[in-house]
Amino acid sequence: MSELLRLERVSRHFSGLQALRDVTLSVARGEVLGLIGPNGAGKTTLVNTICGVTPANSGTVTFDGTDITRIKTYQAARLGLSRTFQIVQPFSEFTALDNVAAAALFSQPGASLKGAREAARAHLAFVGLEAQALQPAATLTLAMRKRLELAKALAMKPKLLFLDEVNAGLNSAEVERATRLIHELAAGGITIVMIEHLMKVVLNVCTRIVVLHNGTLIADGAPREVISNPAVVEAYLGQKYAQRNAGHG
Amino acid sequence: MTRSNIALLVLIAAVAALPLFGGAYALRLGTIACLYAVLALSWNVVGGLAGYPSFATAAFFGYGAYAAGVLLGHGWPLWAAVAFATLSAFVAAAALGAVLLRLRGHYFAIASLSLAEVLRELVNNATDLTGGGMGLNIPLASGAGIMAEATFFFFAMWGVLLATALMAIIVGGSKLGFALACIRQNETASSMVGLNTTLYKAAAFGLSACFVSAAGGIYAAWVHYIDPSDVFDVLYSVKPIVMALMGGLGSPLGVACGAFLYLGLEEVVWRNYIQIHTGVLGLLIVLLLLFLPHGLSSLRPDRLWRRVKHV
Repeated sequence: MSELLRLERVSRHFSGLQALRDVTLSVARGEVLGLIGPNGAGKTTLVNTICGVTPANSGTVTFDGTDITRIKTYQAARLGLSRTFQIVQPFSEFTALDNVAAAALFSQPGASLKGAREAARAHLAFVGLEAQALQPAATLTLAMRKRLELAKALAMKPKLLFLDEVNAGLNSAEVERATRLIHELAAGGITIVMIEHLMKVVLNVCTRIVVLHNGTLIADGAPREVISNPAVVEAYLGQKYAQRNAGHG
Repeated sequence: MTRSNIALLVLIAAVAALPLFGGAYALRLGTIACLYAVLALSWNVVGGLAGYPSFATAAFFGYGAYAAGVLLGHGWPLWAAVAFATLSAFVAAAALGAVLLRLRGHYFAIASLSLAEVLRELVNNATDLTGGGMGLNIPLASGAGIMAEATFFFFAMWGVLLATALMAIIVGGSKLGFALACIRQNETASSMVGLNTTLYKAAAFGLSACFVSAAGGIYAAWVHYIDPSDVFDVLYSVKPIVMALMGGLGSPLGVACGAFLYLGLEEVVWRNYIQIHTGVLGLLIVLLLLFLPHGLSSLRPDRLWRRVKHV
């Protein structure tokens, strides 16, 4: 598998707070990488640093052979880095269709508004929102808005897709549905980095897991291997979880 | 084209019939009505569509008036002077916008407000070019009669209004308008989907400045004398906002109607309450916005009819 994204000793601090410390990480094409860790570990900061929202203070980020350490957010989006937000960020006055059309329109240079709306229909259908296409985004339920986020991210024709807690706040039926969608995307060949707290989903979907703790990568490896790693149990999973899963290991 | 945009063009066409009916006073009012509508429609591009509360209208109005006034004094024909004012305002505003529009909300409002003050001081100090605080006399146009001149300037201002309305309609249906609506709703998410927010905001600011500037140039030629406290008056920044709010933020038809309504109120109040006119006008505006917070364009005949039926 060839390398799509490479982080080389990336650090980011906010005044005194060291959010990321010398993170070195490589993501291969076609893989589904799980990024886990306790709250405040720096997971979302890591995504923001890669996407150009809060550029790295030191270190380099390479995407598909180009150095993107100092890239602007909109340029990152056009290169094929797309993401969903932990807290959904729709254009609330727009219809679901126009939300997705906006993503299709601005991420591809030269796209027309008409073409973008047509493309948007297909992406809405993929996530199962075709019936809500003309409803204002503000009137959708949380689960629907999460799927809308996903449709927006897909409309950007991503090479690398970051899913930032797409399952947070959903009930188990909704989680199942979202997981199925992620499986389908991965099968379609999109490289995915997912931040997720539901270990069931992580173990179910990811081919590899990395663990962040206080801004440092403390583990990187196959799912089963990582969850039995004592450092990870100590920092994130807790003893109870380890005991419960000992039998399955 | 939507129904409200057609209504806007019909409204503007109706205004053009004014010289058939009215005398010099009506033409004067008509010219001011066109001027107000240009200011309000231009403000709407940045304030209504992109959601950035700009107070820079006075700055560009004054800039246009002085740029055209100085050039007219040097013997340029009116069309060339106005064209120069328009183009240079677009370039300057787009460049300034790229810097100023990094500020958001109140910070942007204050920064844009200070723009007019900065320009006013520049004009005050460049005495050789602009006459400084003494004001600038602008040569009279040809020696045609009063009515002929009034009609000419009415149609000049009306032409700028038509151009502004066409701009507003085209922007509303274009990628630029879509981008501005995205920026208004969620700027962070906009850049995340690949929208170059700086570029679109700067283009909007430039567009909103250049038509204001053209109106300023024609105003200067019309009144023959301008001074800094007149054309950089902060009221030129505030009035368009009130008009847009009264008419309905974001809708070109609503904003144009708001401008005409505002002028109507201003005239009626001025005539009847000489002593306390600003107070009465202010009170009327407050009442209007209290009872019609989304402006005239939220008054839909079909909705009213439904309400009447349910009573």
